[in-house]
Amino acid sequence: MLGVYGLGGALGVLAVAALLATLTRSALALVYPLCAIAAVVLGAVDLHVLLSDGSLSASLPLGLPTIGLRLRLDPLSAFFGIVVNGGVLAASLYGLGLDRRTELTPRVEPLFPIFAAAMNLVLIADDAYGFLFFWELMSLSSWALVVARHTDPESRRAGHLYLVMAALGTVSLLFAFGGLAGPAGGYSFEAIRALPPGPAVAALVLAAALVGCGSKGGLIPLHAWLPLAHPAAPSHVSALMSGVMTKVAIYGFMRIAFDLLGPPAWWWALPPIVLGALTAVLGLLYAVLDRDLKRVLAYSTVENVGVIFVALGLALAFKANAFSAAAAVALTAALLHVLNHSWFKSLLFLGAGAVLHATGRRDLDGLGGLIRAMPRTAVLFLVGALAISALPPLNGFVSEWLLFQAVLAGPTLPQASLHFAAPAVGAMLALAAALAAACFVRVYGTAFLGRPRSVEAARAHDVAVVQQVAMGLLALLCILGGLLGGPLAGALGPLVREIANSALAAGGGPTPLSLVAFDARRSVYDAPVIALFVAIASLTTLVIVHRISERRTRRGPAWDCGFPDPSPATQYTASSFAQPLRRVYGTVAFAARETVTMPPPGDRAPAHFSVALVDYAWRIFYAGPARAVLGLAQRLNALQFLTIRRYLVLMFAALVILLSIAAVTT
Amino acid sequence: MKLAYEISHLLAGVMLVVSFALLYQQRIAAVLNAFAAQSITLALAVAWAAWSEDRPDLFITATIAFLLKGIVIPVALHRTVTRLGVHREVEKVVGVGMALLVGLALCGLSQALVVKIAPVAAGLARDELALAMAIVLLGFLMMIVRRNAVTQVVGFMSMENGLILAATGAQGMPLVVEVSVAFSVLIALFVFAVFVFRIRERFDTIDIEALDRMRGDRR
Repeated sequence: MLGVYGLGGALGVLAVAALLATLTRSALALVYPLCAIAAVVLGAVDLHVLLSDGSLSASLPLGLPTIGLRLRLDPLSAFFGIVVNGGVLAASLYGLGLDRRTELTPRVEPLFPIFAAAMNLVLIADDAYGFLFFWELMSLSSWALVVARHTDPESRRAGHLYLVMAALGTVSLLFAFGGLAGPAGGYSFEAIRALPPGPAVAALVLAAALVGCGSKGGLIPLHAWLPLAHPAAPSHVSALMSGVMTKVAIYGFMRIAFDLLGPPAWWWALPPIVLGALTAVLGLLYAVLDRDLKRVLAYSTVENVGVIFVALGLALAFKANAFSAAAAVALTAALLHVLNHSWFKSLLFLGAGAVLHATGRRDLDGLGGLIRAMPRTAVLFLVGALAISALPPLNGFVSEWLLFQAVLAGPTLPQASLHFAAPAVGAMLALAAALAAACFVRVYGTAFLGRPRSVEAARAHDVAVVQQVAMGLLALLCILGGLLGGPLAGALGPLVREIANSALAAGGGPTPLSLVAFDARRSVYDAPVIALFVAIASLTTLVIVHRISERRTRRGPAWDCGFPDPSPATQYTASSFAQPLRRVYGTVAFAARETVTMPPPGDRAPAHFSVALVDYAWRIFYAGPARAVLGLAQRLNALQFLTIRRYLVLMFAALVILLSIAAVTT
Repeated sequence: MKLAYEISHLLAGVMLVVSFALLYQQRIAAVLNAFAAQSITLALAVAWAAWSEDRPDLFITATIAFLLKGIVIPVALHRTVTRLGVHREVEKVVGVGMALLVGLALCGLSQALVVKIAPVAAGLARDELALAMAIVLLGFLMMIVRRNAVTQVVGFMSMENGLILAATGAQGMPLVVEVSVAFSVLIALFVFAVFVFRIRERFDTIDIEALDRMRGDRR
């Protein structure tokens, strides 16, 4: 009962915060403290429900008459609630550090608590009406945050595309729930669970759910809005959208595919696995080639959503074949990656926000040398970059390791297509992991190392203490999540067991903190031992390098190959770092073409080097349909200028044709 | 019982014949008279159904049909036409022969449709449904083949006559529904009337094609 009051109270606090901020300008500063408090309370309730493996439910006489609004917080919702509220807490802490006079606007702050509340409410909705309503509220409030800087045409374009994609997603979810409810029309989740649809309807529902949730999460080819919209919002909102809102999309897919749709068939696994693997690789190829810091992060979110979908697809495949141990591994990998990604992606976006605040720039080629100007942010960003590159002993490695364990178990699946897909997907995920590391070496190297490439980068300064605390909290979670992977997986045990009929064995490994995937002889990850090894190895290297560098000064040849040109433009740039990867993958994936224009001999004009990329996904899935719709609309436009009699003729003809069809067919 | 059906079929058949008459009338006054005849036949048909099937509420429907559509509306439209002083010929889009052929085809369509969809158990009521549907379709056809606003109103009212006939044939249509249908039709009629006057005020004609000149957005 206390939990229900806690939920209601915290959501009430969010509503009050939004209301106050709408009413008076002086209350804008109250928004973030209130949101932080609400996030703590909501997170505590979620944590309690997850650990006690219980559930809270309430039915409110709101919404549609005679139906009302059913709410229920079960362990799955509670897990995602922890993800959401962790992100909200960090973003609110970051928001506390915003300048009260210049950075708080009535365009952003009133919407922030609405956005946070909508995400929480999507998770606890227990009928299709509530789910879709709060889903749409979440979409619209985040859209309003994206277009907060509406004077910027880029921002407006991003908002427009986001609105179109959000509408597509909601319509598609509407169909998914329509299929789930069936002809009887029971829209509460309880009624849907009681009557799982037949195979044909299940296929349609799954496709609609993939489109609906994939468009929100950024599954290729529905990803195009994400790298435009996420960076366009204020940075702490970007962190929420990228780190948290994509997880709500994954919650939606899990709720439908693992809960409402009944026992899975093996072929349900194919679309998420194939699309997820494609998304993972292509997302990172986009990220590696992009030069905008926040856009790189958004593309990397696309990659991580792909990785999570692969894990979910594998879990579906294993579950359909009753391989419950492997299903548990894949599902734990998916859930842990959801948690981990929400932490490090929020951390990286807050870090990017700090960089943007300090320099006013997002283009990587205009940054550089920030490690000296903003050392604390640099260290925290480094933790995030290492975690997202899945380097042990940080948290990204735990979930990716578990995922690869699940992929390695894939060839035991009896169906030929899955049997052969598993190694291919494993190879693509390995490629994605390597590209992720390259991508973040590039980001960190160009933004924080080297020398400043612009005046703004040279004049940068570290951000407010509370903003560093927000990032520090997330960095701490990334480190702890890496070291405590075993206990974390154990804590998810009851939830995983509920869905996959099995869970990872808690303990049983060589040390109390070790994570055991299948059995202790075959697959064990001991984070503390690895951490110790990494620490010893790097300290030894450090000492050796230090010793060598302290030796007597050496004399070299007197030209400047050993010492760079004083101009910062001679440094390795983000584009030059990306060039080898662009040449290897870009020619296939983006039809990349490099052209060098040399001036004629004797002319002293500068030579030009340019790269042309083709975004096939955009061309095929966006530009093509948009042109078709426009062309059709132009044709049909003539219908708007008929005479009254012609309209009547059209109606009459339609009526007569329908009647004739009825007369012939029945 | 058999005789009751014969008589109601006869009345419905008369209404259908009047519908055809509406299609080929040349003069507005004749169109209005034909419409009045159709409405009075409708009132008779409904009254007969009320008496033979012992459904007294249908007498109210019959009275409404007789008073409103048989007398008030035709008289009002007559007076409108005289007051407007429009020329009494009806401008046609399609020739009379063509309109009648299309009307015949519509009758065939409605008969074929009703035979297909209505349950056999409905028995003799099926034929009445087919007649009513043919009247509705002919009313719609009349709205299309005439360019005059008054005849469009008449076509619309004639469709409504068909609907009421169908409702009488169908068992158990509550009076509330009928009354609401009648009222909505009445309101639509007012709208039409205002519309006709406005057209007349602006263009000195009630040829609806004149309206199209007023559309600046025409491509």
